[in-house]
Amino acid sequence: MAAALTGIGLVALALWLAGLIGPRSFNAQKGEAYECGIPTRGESMAQFKIGYYLFAILFLMFDVECVFLFPWAVRMRELGGAGLLSIAVFFIILVLGLVYAWRKGALEWK
Amino acid sequence: MFDFSQFTTWLHQTLLGFMPEWLAVTAECVLIGFALLLGYSVLALFYILYERKICAYFQCRLGPVRVGPWGLLQSVADMFKILIKELISLKHVDQFLFALAPYLVILASMLSFAVLPWGNGMQIIDFNIGIFFLIAVSSIGVLGILLAGWSSANKFTLIGALRSGAQMVSYELSIGLSVLTMVCFAGTMEVGGIVEAQSDLWFIVKGHIPAIIAFIIYLIAGTAETNRGPFDLPEAESELTAGYHTEYSGIHFGFYYLAEYLNLFIVSGVAALLFFGGWMPLHIPGWDAFNGAMDWIPGIVWFLVKAIAISFIIIWFKWTFPRLRIDQILKLEWKYLLPINLVNLVLMALIVVYGIHL
Repeated sequence: MAAALTGIGLVALALWLAGLIGPRSFNAQKGEAYECGIPTRGESMAQFKIGYYLFAILFLMFDVECVFLFPWAVRMRELGGAGLLSIAVFFIILVLGLVYAWRKGALEWK
Repeated sequence: MFDFSQFTTWLHQTLLGFMPEWLAVTAECVLIGFALLLGYSVLALFYILYERKICAYFQCRLGPVRVGPWGLLQSVADMFKILIKELISLKHVDQFLFALAPYLVILASMLSFAVLPWGNGMQIIDFNIGIFFLIAVSSIGVLGILLAGWSSANKFTLIGALRSGAQMVSYELSIGLSVLTMVCFAGTMEVGGIVEAQSDLWFIVKGHIPAIIAFIIYLIAGTAETNRGPFDLPEAESELTAGYHTEYSGIHFGFYYLAEYLNLFIVSGVAALLFFGGWMPLHIPGWDAFNGAMDWIPGIVWFLVKAIAISFIIIWFKWTFPRLRIDQILKLEWKYLLPINLVNLVLMALIVVYGIHL
């Protein structure tokens, strides 16, 4: 909590300070999007490759799996061989998911 | 070893002596806040100078030498310079998100500071899911970067943010899995517990081959996570000007700069915690005199030295390897690091369950 408030406080304070001592000048061109000096052409919020979306979906799958494995990792010694076996089933299903994505070509950047 | 929690309990008792509890807790929070702010800014200034000096020596230059002795005050001067720059208000941006993004980036690194083990008992909060909390809050940073790129409504920033998002999100998986491997070994997610478990030997020695593999993967993924080194294509200056923070000016840009260096510290701090024992001094079983001598060095020195040494390796990467392409980065993560990591996790699980370790 204290850390979060400090973080917000730091940014707010620094912005206020910068606003106080920073110079101000107004110019019609200044508010334009930066495009190496030439005027912007077309829509700024351009289309992007579907590949990024695909990797985000894959990440979601594996990250949730990672979160599920954490409680088991903590209690691993107590659960012993039986726990290992039952997590292995979960694990194999997951690896199958990765193999499927791989074979389908989802990991290629086209 | 000196236990810093003695000091904090003493402070708490003293404050309780002349004020009600809620006020005492508030006062302590304010104190922690100031200490955090001080540590944060000193570390950031130090790291900026550290990287500039190292990169200068790698390129047979001297680096900053003019401001202060050996250029020590260079980053302080830079900070003031960046503070007096104008904050340009743009017409086309999404004002709210544009202003929100730097807060998120700073917040992520500040929150991670809360669980780092600075010394014996010298931790802001030590709770049972410490390392998990760290992984969770460090992913807020991705959000800040994506928002920055999107809300700027500029082609450069959009591409930079998407690349950064894809890269950070992918490598977070590797970080998560190598942390998971070490959590398996430690049997606890509490940061204090992880450090205590390494009081006889550090995990990188204790954990055999899986720990070493996990360390190497963590180092690679950590480099990618901080958008540095060979993985700095989100801000590849030759193609995207400055990537996701192209449209930010003045101190707004300064926050991204700050967060980048602090994230470098956090990544190496976590590596020090998981593999090199956090604040725990170097102990070798059987060498009692040596262990006793090592205990004289305070924990915070151990932690800082370890973290700074690991960040030296990460900075070294940056000045050694050429930049990768986006497809190479994703291929490295999904086709090499992830399968290796999964196999490594199974190996570690077998080692732990059947007790084949030191």
